[in-house]
Amino acid sequence: MQQIDADFLALPLKACAETAINTATSLGASHVDVRIERTRTGMINLRDSKLEGQADDTVIGIGVRVIVDGTWGFASSPFVELSVAEQLAKNAVLMAKTSKPLSTEFVSLAEEPIYKDQVWVSSYAIDPFSLSSKERLDVMVDYSNRLMNSDYVSHVSATTMYVKETKFYADSRGTSTTQQRVRVQGFFDAVSVGDHGFESMRTIAQPAGYGWEWMNGSVYDWDTELAKLPELLHEKTKAPSVEPGKYNLLIHPSNLFLTIHESIGHATELDRAIGYEANYAGTSFATIDKLGNLKYGTPLMNVTGDRLVEHGLSTVGFDDEGVKAQQWDIIKDGVLVGYQTDRRIAARIGLDRSFGCAFADSPAHVPIQRMPNVSLQPDPNGSDLETMISDTEDGIYIVGDNSWSIDMQRYNFQFTGQQFHRIKNGKLVGQLKDVAYQATTTDFWGSMTRVGGPSTYLLGGAFNCGKGQPGQVAAVSHGCPVAYFENINILNTRMEG
Amino acid sequence: MTPQDLIEKITARSTTADCIVIIEQSTEANLRWAESTLTTNGMIKSQSVTVLSFVEVEGGLSVGASTRTAVEEADIEVLLKESVEAAYASGLADDYMTLLTNHQVGDWNAIHPETGPDAFRRIAPELGDMFTRSKADAIELFGYAEHTSKTTWLGSKGGLRLRHDQPAGRIEVTAKSHNRSRSTWAGRSTRDFSNVDIASVDQELRRTLAWQAKRLDIPAGSYDTILPPGAVGDLLTYAVWMSDARSAFEGRSAFSKQGGGMRIGEKLANVPVNLYADPSYKGLESGNFIATSQSSSHVSVFDNGYELGKTEMLVDGVLNSLIQTRSTAKLTNQPFTSFGDNFIMDVSGATGSTEDLVKNMKSGLLLNTLWYIRMVDPQRLLLTGLTRDGVYKVENGEVVGAVNNFRWNESPLELLGRIVEVGGTTITQPREWADWVQRIAMPALHVKDFNMSTVSQAN
Repeated sequence: MQQIDADFLALPLKACAETAINTATSLGASHVDVRIERTRTGMINLRDSKLEGQADDTVIGIGVRVIVDGTWGFASSPFVELSVAEQLAKNAVLMAKTSKPLSTEFVSLAEEPIYKDQVWVSSYAIDPFSLSSKERLDVMVDYSNRLMNSDYVSHVSATTMYVKETKFYADSRGTSTTQQRVRVQGFFDAVSVGDHGFESMRTIAQPAGYGWEWMNGSVYDWDTELAKLPELLHEKTKAPSVEPGKYNLLIHPSNLFLTIHESIGHATELDRAIGYEANYAGTSFATIDKLGNLKYGTPLMNVTGDRLVEHGLSTVGFDDEGVKAQQWDIIKDGVLVGYQTDRRIAARIGLDRSFGCAFADSPAHVPIQRMPNVSLQPDPNGSDLETMISDTEDGIYIVGDNSWSIDMQRYNFQFTGQQFHRIKNGKLVGQLKDVAYQATTTDFWGSMTRVGGPSTYLLGGAFNCGKGQPGQVAAVSHGCPVAYFENINILNTRMEG
Repeated sequence: MTPQDLIEKITARSTTADCIVIIEQSTEANLRWAESTLTTNGMIKSQSVTVLSFVEVEGGLSVGASTRTAVEEADIEVLLKESVEAAYASGLADDYMTLLTNHQVGDWNAIHPETGPDAFRRIAPELGDMFTRSKADAIELFGYAEHTSKTTWLGSKGGLRLRHDQPAGRIEVTAKSHNRSRSTWAGRSTRDFSNVDIASVDQELRRTLAWQAKRLDIPAGSYDTILPPGAVGDLLTYAVWMSDARSAFEGRSAFSKQGGGMRIGEKLANVPVNLYADPSYKGLESGNFIATSQSSSHVSVFDNGYELGKTEMLVDGVLNSLIQTRSTAKLTNQPFTSFGDNFIMDVSGATGSTEDLVKNMKSGLLLNTLWYIRMVDPQRLLLTGLTRDGVYKVENGEVVGAVNNFRWNESPLELLGRIVEVGGTTITQPREWADWVQRIAMPALHVKDFNMSTVSQAN
């Protein structure tokens, strides 16, 4: 097991927290929480195997959040020093008092046991920052060259991003946690330019809560994917344009994870359902009155929220309010049975305890309710991929995500993908292009008539889920099996506009 | 240590061919509310220091970057070490060009002008009053206000000493009534809140909520549509982001010519529309030099310090230029046309407001904002998205009621060829891209046959 970075532990973590908590409490705060965070993000972008851009950013700082007379106050600074912590506590109390005239809600927080001096580290083998720049770059150049060497590929864009997030949390109740987690993503986009105009196809390797072992091939089979991509791209350039209409869809987890993210993940955020995001990210059709009675999809549909799964992008030991990580049901046998919560929103609807979904993407931002790993469970007795294909008489098999868009109440969505394979009589008979699928959330999940077995289950995800004002990004995973949907509306994107 | 001292110390300790240091210091205050009560607030100070080390290699220079917040004396060696190590690993930079030296812009020695909660001193009580009035009328308010002040210092071992201060602010409010069956939105972009009139925001919200008293359900289809300035800005933002010359030159962009080459010189709009960036545009003043910590197809670290002037992308409806670095300009044999931190669209002599365009419309739709805009087909720059917070039916120059929301699929480039009428240009705020695009001025547009692809149940 990896250890928390020693130079982070050498910072005056506890002393700063104690100073801020004591200062704010003496000024009338009924609750104080302090986060000291350091997030290091590396990025390498290649264009046609040559380095286009590179970044190595470290963000460090303290955020102090208080409740004074039922009103929030928050202040942050990049400097981790005792005198700064004291000033931040004063500023946060000032913000709370200044904001009081605009506040009619008296903020209270759901209860949570106290956890003292807890330490948690995510599961990874190679800290990406322990490698030299050349070691990381060599992998990216090698993979890009493999694609560039194909006659079918005109250009290649490649990117990798790797993040190490180290976080200390302490609150006025006595909880204190120190955590570190690592995540990595890599994408290679091959482009063909010719008489067909241009066409592209991207790798489907998913962002994951691994270290550099994800990129160097120890975990993910890059060799096979990179070897197949040029031929698949070539086939796509020659593929017929789809005839719009209703189709049965067999959707691979590399595409379905994003549909889950948008149509289930965001729709079951309780803060959205209540209206806290109405000005920005939007609200949800899955309002609180529908809890326990909304038929979200077919009875095959079982969706969980969790912050526990190994290598999950939203996996932690404790959330940013000191709540211990959990797993719970969101949709059971097709019915909405749960939401995602933080302590404030849980208290607001009278829950005994938060599900632990508070997260802030930097010390400069307040924790808000963010998405846990939201996953569609496989059918324990479900089929493997080959059987799912052979059991499909007529349909389209969709692989890889691309364009995504959904409305502000999470009803109407439209997605594209990387590969669209026509299925006829149980066999893949060639690709289609210009395909987009469009549906209303409950109609879509209500058309899911087959769910693949555990062998088809994969963890997909994204680094860049946006929410909140000021805007925050969060990384999140979604596990799912291959699944089959009947009579879904397919557009031909060339005919649109 | 002051930012200026930091830059002097870092560049003095650098042992490479050149070293550029970019420091961004910012202060911010924000307020957020929902259901007419404050939900979060913040007072944020930040500082980031980027060190770009340039190392001599065969054929030119390689470059490596390292960025940190909260840099103090002890961190200087780390930043230099990391950036030099990255530079040695990188090899000759693909965008290598000779670096600018010995150039000054701005008041180098001045301190960062901080902002804070005081920025809201005038509007906070007015907002409070608006909350009270709204509650009395069963209107729920949701929204956000922020003010930021950012100072950029760019210094180099080669004698660059450039500095720019950038204030920015915005307020946006969503209003919902009648058990949230009606919803509308208004936003204002500002530099300092002195020109923000909360009463006019309130008035606008109430007027458009009243328009929704009559609800008409209409099917998907192609409709003559009026897009207000903010919505035009959201659409064109994507077009600007996709307009790098290198991608067009390589044949992988909507700005590529079929069979090879770029579409520069091609008429894209059916009216004499101009689209340009101009750092001196009144009310949208922005930095007039390049300061970037990372190269991309849009910008190069080797161009740091170069002047950002007025860059005209569309002139009288004709594609005049695409976004270039000095390196891509050489590759494409075109002028060096970098693009600044604002953009403006106008038509000479056009003066009408959105309301004037409505008066001139016989039959069609007026929408309020666009949302969740994403690329569908890069060959055509076909985008998808939703209408949000108000779509209205217009008959004989008047709004006659609200209609359902739609998912749309449209290309902003193709829309430019279907313009029926253009309004006067005003400083506005985009809805979706407001976090990224803070300085735009746009006209309202009446376009023919806007493709509303399907109905959205959302309201």
